Formats: sequence, structure tokens, C-alpha cells
Amino acid sequence: MAVSGGGPGFFTSRLSDGIAWARKWSLFPYPFVTACCGMEYMSVSSAHYDLDRFGAAWPRFTPRQADMLLVVGTISHKMAPVLRMVYEQMCDPKWVVAFGVCTCTGGFYDNYATVQGIDRIIPVDCYIPGCPPRPETVLDALMKLQAKIQKQRHGLTGPVRPAHTDSNA
Amino acid sequence: MDSPARSGPHTLTAMPEPTHDDPTIARLRAEFGDAVLETHAHRGDVTAVIRADRYRDAVRLLRDDPECDYDFLTDLAGWDRLKLRQTPRFEVVLHLYSLSRNARFRLKTRPEDNAEPVLDSIVDIYPAANWPEREVYDMFGIRFTGHPNLKRILMYEGFEGHPLRKDYPFNKRQPRVVEREIPDDRPGMIF
Repeated sequence: MAVSGGGPGFFTSRLSDGIAWARKWSLFPYPFVTACCGMEYMSVSSAHYDLDRFGAAWPRFTPRQADMLLVVGTISHKMAPVLRMVYEQMCDPKWVVAFGVCTCTGGFYDNYATVQGIDRIIPVDCYIPGCPPRPETVLDALMKLQAKIQKQRHGLTGPVRPAHTDSNA
Repeated sequence: MDSPARSGPHTLTAMPEPTHDDPTIARLRAEFGDAVLETHAHRGDVTAVIRADRYRDAVRLLRDDPECDYDFLTDLAGWDRLKLRQTPRFEVVLHLYSLSRNARFRLKTRPEDNAEPVLDSIVDIYPAANWPEREVYDMFGIRFTGHPNLKRILMYEGFEGHPLRKDYPFNKRQPRVVEREIPDDRPGMIF
């Protein structure tokens, strides 16, 4: 996207690309932290790894103001309705990141209590493996999510498609 | 009296240690006689198994007797001996500690009924047993009679069965929300 020189600016690129560009650099994460991966999330969100480079540093502790749901840690069946409600309270567009192997697949908690992957409850855009994942892995996932957001189409330029049904990532 | 010789696949390899000179064991034997089913010790940790009908009396004695004075309930737990093919099937284990004597003691008891195990509650003796007894009830289904608030503590309402029983299927799930269909992208693959 570019803005022309001296006069009033106009988009030389498509509107949808511009909106996607704005979205991917202003992600507001909601950290849904339940377990030990939270330690690694704290590391990622601290100054050393500087999530502000990606515009994703400011956690909003209410789902209504967030557009990136970071599910960090094991989700039990007891917790599942809460996670689903938090997801449903978020406004579109919204993206879900499964942080750590427990959220991706249940991890080694193959037992009576644990949800075997949060994608059984809510749609997931980005999976981060690791127990816990290193901060570099999280940054990699964040950049991949940005690339995915960049490809997603906006409703102003065509039929509205909910972000989580877009599969071209 | 030493513990009786063990048999079966779970024989202890360690040498049994004598328990007859332990003052707590002597006190229990003097008071309860045959109701002390079994005693053993391992590296200084002494254990007694008490018959279920004298369980409350034994706990009260261990707390109140000045020679015992076990005034601190460290933990109360249960376990299922189904796979060991032992009967009675369930066992409840108390870990006691005496602050004044700096001594530890382990008391076990076995509720008689294997299908509907029932045991006396000791909440009125050790208030700290409240939540552990609820947990044992939740996980193993042992009902503690006299407990002030015996309901599940970890699992959710509507959960059926008791998950730490050895006959609870390890892969059984009881989800609270309807789970999405996850397409099997590698059919036939066994994970």
C-alpha cells in the first residue's frame, strides 16, 4: 500500500489489502492463560521480545476489546464452556491462537479431564507447538498469523466471510 | 509384630523393618487389639492398617493421646487396589504429623464394600479433612458418613462416575459443550 505524494492521499492498492494491513499490525490479544505456558507468554510479552514490533503488545483483559484470543495452557472440560463464552463475546474480526501443545491436542493429558485440542470447541487460526513453546516460536506464529490476516478478504469489497472460515493461510 | 509376608506381583523388595518397638503402634495395639490389621515400617516411616469400624476411634486416639499427639493432618487420600486384585478394594490413607514430637505416622483403613464403599468422616476430628474427603469422594466414590458437605470438589456437576477408579475407561470423556467434528485427515492412522 502506498500513499501518493503531496496531495490528499488515496489507496493505490485494493481496499481489502489496506484494511488487512491495518488489522495485522494492530492485534489486541486476550490472554486466556490457564497453565504453565503462561510463564512463556509472560516472557514473550515482556520487553526482551518486544511484541510492540508487531503491534500486538497490549493485552486487553476483556474479550470485547480484543481480536486475538491467545489460549495459553491446558483446557479442561470444566473450563471449556468458559473458553467458548469468551470466544463468543469477542467481536469480529477475531483470530484464535492455540499456544502450546496442550491447547493444540491436549498434549500428554490424554485423560478424563482434558479437552483434546481447543479446536474441538472453537475454530483455531494458528497452532503453536511446544511444551512450552519458545518465544521465538511464538513470534514465528504471530508473523504467520499476520500473513494469514493479510490474505483474508474484507466484507466491504465483497460478500462478508467470517475470518475463521477463511482457509487460505 | 511385623507385617505379614506379602505375596503376589507386588512383593516389597526392601527388608521389612520392625514395628513392635514403635510407641504409637504399641498404643494402637493396646487399645484396639485385633482391629489393627497390619503394621509395617519403611525407613522410619511407620504405618498401621486399622479396621474400618474402629477407624474414627483410632484417629481420635492418635490426635488426643498425649503419647501420640498427632495434631496435624498432612493429607488424606484414597486409592483403588482393583488391579492388585486385593480386597477390600479401596484404601484410605492418612498422613499425620505431630508438631510437638516432630513425628510422622501413616494410618490406613479399608472400607468394606467394594461397590458402594462407605467410611466414617473425620471432619469433626480434623477439620482439614473436609476438602480431602470431598476429593476422595469425587475421585473414588467413597462416601464419608457425617461429612458436612459431601459433594464433588474437582469434577463438574453432571459428571458421571469416579475417574480415578481403575475401571473408569481411561479414554472416556464427558464434555460439557458440544464438540466440533474434527475431520480425520489420516484415516487408519493410529496415534
